Amino acid sequence: MDERIIGIIVDSFGKILLPGLTMTIPLTVISFAIAMVIATAVAMVQFSNIRVLKQICRFYIWVIRGTPLLVQLYVVFFGLPSVGIVINPFPCAVLVFAINEGAYCAETMRSALESVPAGQMEAGYCVGMSYLQIMRRIVLPQALRTAFPPLSNSLIAMTKDTSLAANITVLEMFMATQRIVARTYEPLVLYIEVGLIYLLFCTVLTKLQSMGERRLNKYGRQKG
Amino acid sequence: MLEIQNIRKSFGGTEVLKGVSLKVEKGDVVAILGPSGSGKTTLLRCINFLEQADSGAFLFDGQQFSYDRITKKEIAALRKKTAFVFQNYNLFQNKTALQNVTEGLVIGRRMPKGQAAEIGRRMLDKVGMSERYDYYPSQLSGGQQQRVAIARALAADPEIIYFDEPTSALDPELIGEVLEVMRQLAREGMTMLVVTHEMDFAREVSSQVIFMEDGAVVETGSAREFFENPKEERTRAFLRM
Repeated sequence: MDERIIGIIVDSFGKILLPGLTMTIPLTVISFAIAMVIATAVAMVQFSNIRVLKQICRFYIWVIRGTPLLVQLYVVFFGLPSVGIVINPFPCAVLVFAINEGAYCAETMRSALESVPAGQMEAGYCVGMSYLQIMRRIVLPQALRTAFPPLSNSLIAMTKDTSLAANITVLEMFMATQRIVARTYEPLVLYIEVGLIYLLFCTVLTKLQSMGERRLNKYGRQKG
Repeated sequence: MLEIQNIRKSFGGTEVLKGVSLKVEKGDVVAILGPSGSGKTTLLRCINFLEQADSGAFLFDGQQFSYDRITKKEIAALRKKTAFVFQNYNLFQNKTALQNVTEGLVIGRRMPKGQAAEIGRRMLDKVGMSERYDYYPSQLSGGQQQRVAIARALAADPEIIYFDEPTSALDPELIGEVLEVMRQLAREGMTMLVVTHEMDFAREVSSQVIFMEDGAVVETGSAREFFENPKEERTRAFLRM
């Protein structure tokens, strides 16, 4: 490998990693946190069978899961300004990612809630607890454990999907790489380099997932 | 203390309870017997409002309620005076044995944690689970789980405990330890309504027996009378006399 390429790799590493730390990670963390709130609320509405709200939730999931994330980004960022709604790139990306991810995670949470045996709820009622108390202290913690691996999956997928935000001018890792490529004409090494940084991020998340699973598994599985 | 009048319940088009009435006095141990599918469990679940009965009257401590008009608030208030032991224990899987007993006290009844823990430990001691305070349900045998469930039921100082086939999910060698706890409760004068398949237990411990078939009461009477001198042909066949 000639010296010029090595120089580019060394020189670009910090320039790619930095927006990774200041943009990709905050974008992922904030969006996913909001997505979890949406997901839990939407899953609980469906689980609790609240009639009109449930229809709205199904509609939301149907639309969001049925349209491409990239199209959603374009509609909100490039489309909405024509009706007078202008949102800055970063908050726009957070908004779209949170709403998009919320729809997928809502389904994960719903299936996890439904996997908790009905007897847990009945036992809660019989010891004098209210619906919300049972949800918060008994059902949701158990559902969260079931949902944890698939939710980790979603988080890892989303970390990489944030590269789509480059399309709406968010200067995250991928866009930073594109700019260096435009200057140096070394697409192969630079795109591999940014790929490896994504891999590094996801490796950390994978580790965190197994640590989290171990913690959540302290009470074991019900037998029989 | 507890009286049910003419309770009816249908699932879809099938009538599972065809107007059942029963009466439990304070200190009674009432066993509900009958073949599978006779509606015993549904009856018990309706009594504690885990199923919504279609019609019938419900009297508790002199207060009368109607099944088709009772409010959620009234149900919640009634449940605080009663306890339920399930066939498959239904211990909270994410809570330890002690937390299972104290959860309803601390969260449902707003009792201070220290006081609840003290009651919790006392109740677990009573059912012979002193060594297992911090075990999760998945780390306990079926018999141990059911004893924790009984401790959980006792913790709320209920006026009556409903048992729904408390030993049918247990291996034969574990049944004895649960029945022993129930015998002890009966001796202490606890009011109990027990759906069971354990004939020996019913014969030995219960004061009154209700025999059901096809959603109706076939025969009812004192345990002694029921087992030694059943009046109905169907009861004789069931007891193989």
